[in-house]
Amino acid sequence: MSLQDRLNELKATVLTQINTTDHLDHLNEIRVNTLGKKGPITEVLRGMKDISAEERPVIGAFANEIRDLLKDALELKKAELENLALNAQLAAEKIDVSLPGTDFEPGHAHVIQQIIEQLENQFLGMGYQIAEGPEVEEDKYNFEMMNLPKDHPARDMQDTFYITPEILMRTQTSPVQARTMEKHDFTQGALKMISPGRVYRRDTDDATHSHQFHQVEGLVIDKHITMADLKGTLLKVAQELFGEKHQIRLRPSYFPFTEPSVEVDVSWNDVDENTKPEDIEWIEVLGAGMVHPNVLKMAGVDPEVYGGFAFGLGPDRFAMLKYGVDDIRNFYLNDVRFLSQFK
Amino acid sequence: MKLSLNWLKEYLEITGDPNVLAERIARTSVEVEDVTQPGAGMSGVVVAKVLSVVPHPDSDHMVITQVDAGEDEPIQIVTGAPNVAEGQLVILAKHNSRIANGQKIKKGKLRGVASNGMLCALQELGFDEKVSPKDFEDGIWVFNENDDVKPGDDALVALGMDDFIFEMGITPNRADMLSMNGTAWEVGAMLDQNPTLPTVQLVENGSKATSELISATADKQLAPKYKVRMIENVTVQDSPLWLQRKLWNVGMRPINNIVDVTNYALMTFGQPMHAFDYDKLTTKQLGVRLATAGETLVTLDGEKRDLRADQDIVITDGATPIMLAGVMGGQSTEIDATSTTIVLEAANFNPRNIRSSARRHDLHSEASQRFERGIDWNATEEALDFAAQLIAELGNGQVQPGVVVATDTAKANVEVAVTLSRINHVLGLNLNVADITAIFAKLQFPAQVTDETFTVTIPSRRWDISIPADLIEEVARMYGYDNIPATLPVTTATVGKLTYKQQVIRKSRHFLESLGLNQAISYGLTTDEKAQMFTLDAMANITKLDYPMTQERTATRMSLVTGLLDDVAYNVARKQQDVALYEQGRVFYRFGDAVRPTEVEHIAGAITGKFGRDTWQGKAKEVDFYTAKGLVAAYLNQFDFVASISYQASTDFKEMHPGRTAAVLVGEQVVGFVGQVHPAVAKAFKIKATYVFELDLQLLLDLAKNDRGYQPISKFPGMSRDIAILVDENTAYAQIATVIRENGGQHLVDIDLFDVYQGDNVPTGKKSLAFTLTYQDVNKTLVEEEINAAFTNVVTALKEQLTAEIR
Repeated sequence: MSLQDRLNELKATVLTQINTTDHLDHLNEIRVNTLGKKGPITEVLRGMKDISAEERPVIGAFANEIRDLLKDALELKKAELENLALNAQLAAEKIDVSLPGTDFEPGHAHVIQQIIEQLENQFLGMGYQIAEGPEVEEDKYNFEMMNLPKDHPARDMQDTFYITPEILMRTQTSPVQARTMEKHDFTQGALKMISPGRVYRRDTDDATHSHQFHQVEGLVIDKHITMADLKGTLLKVAQELFGEKHQIRLRPSYFPFTEPSVEVDVSWNDVDENTKPEDIEWIEVLGAGMVHPNVLKMAGVDPEVYGGFAFGLGPDRFAMLKYGVDDIRNFYLNDVRFLSQFK
Repeated sequence: MKLSLNWLKEYLEITGDPNVLAERIARTSVEVEDVTQPGAGMSGVVVAKVLSVVPHPDSDHMVITQVDAGEDEPIQIVTGAPNVAEGQLVILAKHNSRIANGQKIKKGKLRGVASNGMLCALQELGFDEKVSPKDFEDGIWVFNENDDVKPGDDALVALGMDDFIFEMGITPNRADMLSMNGTAWEVGAMLDQNPTLPTVQLVENGSKATSELISATADKQLAPKYKVRMIENVTVQDSPLWLQRKLWNVGMRPINNIVDVTNYALMTFGQPMHAFDYDKLTTKQLGVRLATAGETLVTLDGEKRDLRADQDIVITDGATPIMLAGVMGGQSTEIDATSTTIVLEAANFNPRNIRSSARRHDLHSEASQRFERGIDWNATEEALDFAAQLIAELGNGQVQPGVVVATDTAKANVEVAVTLSRINHVLGLNLNVADITAIFAKLQFPAQVTDETFTVTIPSRRWDISIPADLIEEVARMYGYDNIPATLPVTTATVGKLTYKQQVIRKSRHFLESLGLNQAISYGLTTDEKAQMFTLDAMANITKLDYPMTQERTATRMSLVTGLLDDVAYNVARKQQDVALYEQGRVFYRFGDAVRPTEVEHIAGAITGKFGRDTWQGKAKEVDFYTAKGLVAAYLNQFDFVASISYQASTDFKEMHPGRTAAVLVGEQVVGFVGQVHPAVAKAFKIKATYVFELDLQLLLDLAKNDRGYQPISKFPGMSRDIAILVDENTAYAQIATVIRENGGQHLVDIDLFDVYQGDNVPTGKKSLAFTLTYQDVNKTLVEEEINAAFTNVVTALKEQLTAEIR
């Protein structure tokens, strides 16, 4: 048999072996047996010394060709078998991905806190400061400086927990406004603030009344603040809390600390240019107005030079409206099944 | 207050949908809470005349009547009404009619006798018990023969039930709208109409001058106006239907022609009025003064009231109080069926006194409500004349000539000036002089314009207007808030940022939430006992409410933990065994004689049951001291205090478990506590083992923090050594860790406790602890010898200082 024939035969045999094996180990064996130093190809190449000089390059080239061909076939088969093995491993490793993941249950901010924080962020973005003040207040700041002297009829609207005749649980966060106004240096620019916090009223707790609730009040004082600015600001607040498509309407009202005073309703439904006025359902959400000159005067601010607006809203009421909470007491009893609903 | 649209229509031309008008009122003046039509949904209810009444053969309480309902044939009705009688004009709900609450009336048989409808009481037409006239409380309604109704008339119309009633939410400033006249002015301004108000043609044809019959004196401060008229030969009887109808439609119960007229005048002019029975006055000298000590008065509602000396204004006849002025009349001089001579009082009382009387006696009457807020200064005498004349007409009496005047204080017109630029400046509008002039004209406010300055004379009905801002409000609401644009304030730039304290509080909240605690907001007011529990400051005193509403809320809290335990108890009572809550808020510490407490920001937590849930991967851990401590430690580490944090066993907190509580210290400063709630306290709260912590957040804010800086990360590997030791079981971990740290050498970077063990293979009274000590150098790889030497030092120190046995 010529060397060529031997090489051709070797090629056929080895290719058959490669094609029929299904084990990586066996394949490796074939590779070592065929291409190794003691393998048949090496042997053929070794036998080249016995052939003529003319034939030598031809046979040599042919042998190399066969070797490369078998090498490629081995590589290909190896990749194929490895792939099969990997697939088999992956199949074996299959798990039920629908099983629950490891339990990491974080706690949640109280829903009222969430609303307050949302408002705080909005007003911070508009350049407001967040002011705080005592919950146990002086009558002076809570009422008198808010233009509510001792025998003012509007004090009926706010039944108060007194500690002494002059000290009380604040009924609103407006005293913070009085305190901040008193301290503010208007030569340094405008006062823009909100005062979120807890307030108290002498009320019997039931589904719609709570002796404790929250308020976020706002105040802007400068030389050129208008009622249109108030309306624009309140529209932003309403749209922040209820959505961009909601509108507001202002109705006359009365608060001793503002004049003019308005009650502000927000549309419960979305409003666009095609909405008919009679189809809008209005809900009362906050009170506002232009700061009463007496309030400015009492805080040492000249009402001839400065003016501005104030507004107040109740996060408790917002939360009740927005989420359909039907009992205000839910906010203060802290049932974990209630708290954890507000992610 | 209720507003009758039919009544308003007597003053103004009003057409169209009442709801549209209501909306307009709401957007321009005061809230309209509701619009109702009393007869809405009712039909087939007519006036009928009772032709005959015969007994029912099979019933001892029912009768068979034939009634004329204006139809060809009489209608047979069986009724149980005790007051039915032949000749009466009554209300008939015919076959197939509808009465109150959608109830349908059908013909049928009552004890075998056909009945083709029902004779009605007012309540069956939906009248409130409180406004239905008392005479007909137990029977059907009977029209008066002079009432100008005839069989077949629509009874709903006759009774005024076709009217629209607006429930008005009148704000304290709009006292003027507590009267029909004031409302007519207001709505007239809205509709650009001049209202036609009632006028008086007084006929003084009585037999004697009023001044010959009675005298009156009053203190000008208490009653700046006090006037009296008298009417003689009066017959007290029911008011005519037109008057009763008006009153019940505005929510007032008709009583008799005298009282009804005073109420009618009150509703028309907003001027409260009172009628005394002249013959019941012991002297004929009326006086107005403050009550004196020990005086009492039985008011019209039958209550005996202790009058407040020097505070309640009273009307006296000579020496004795006969009325709580401006609030409620007295029983002793009440008008009754036999009264013939009427003393009619119209006055203006000091609002402050009336307000305090109404409050203290809990008597908020129609009269007190108006006096408190301020009545039309100039309407008193007109209202008095109006009422006197009407009483004479309806009671067939005569008005005595002249008014007895005790006081009649004049008040100058209020004038307020406002400039055009001011109006535009405040409202953000560009109105011109003509716009503003038109608005004041609609309001019927006389106004002079000079150089764009409006000088406005305020009508006496409008107490609420005294400064330019008040006029600006009038312009704004008449111009319409809907027409004001929406802009944002343009000011000098301001910086909106959280203060350091606010940032820390926010971060604290978010951090504890991410650790699995839900934020609670508990009540700031609690009981005296609970207020003082768990307090961090032993020197602080309680702050109590002067006049609490309930036993549950009497004082301000001095810890947050107490409120959290209330929350835990609430959850546990509802089968929620696993609770993890935190709260951030203020506690109230009162020091020494201070009246006002100091408010300190705290942060606290409470955990009970399991932390997390049982899952398919394993059971959740029951919370213990170390869970709570771990939360505190993780939280406090965030602050990066300069001083080190330590936990010292403490028995200082009496509501806490004495063996499972640690004071939390930063350096030498106690900043709070962590531990288990004392089992006795837990039992009182009806809760199981609960672990809590409370920290003084203000202290955490104030304590020094490390400056932030970068520590290079070592490129060289660390090496570790494990050591297990046996020590006396009372030796605290903290002591061991300190000994290791102090003797670990400069390269010891970490001490990790990985085992604590007592039990088998450990002698009684001993415990075994195992640590991994890690050594590292930033500059070089440590060599074995260095570490061995350092480790030997630790071993020696543990043996010598803690008599530890190395295992």
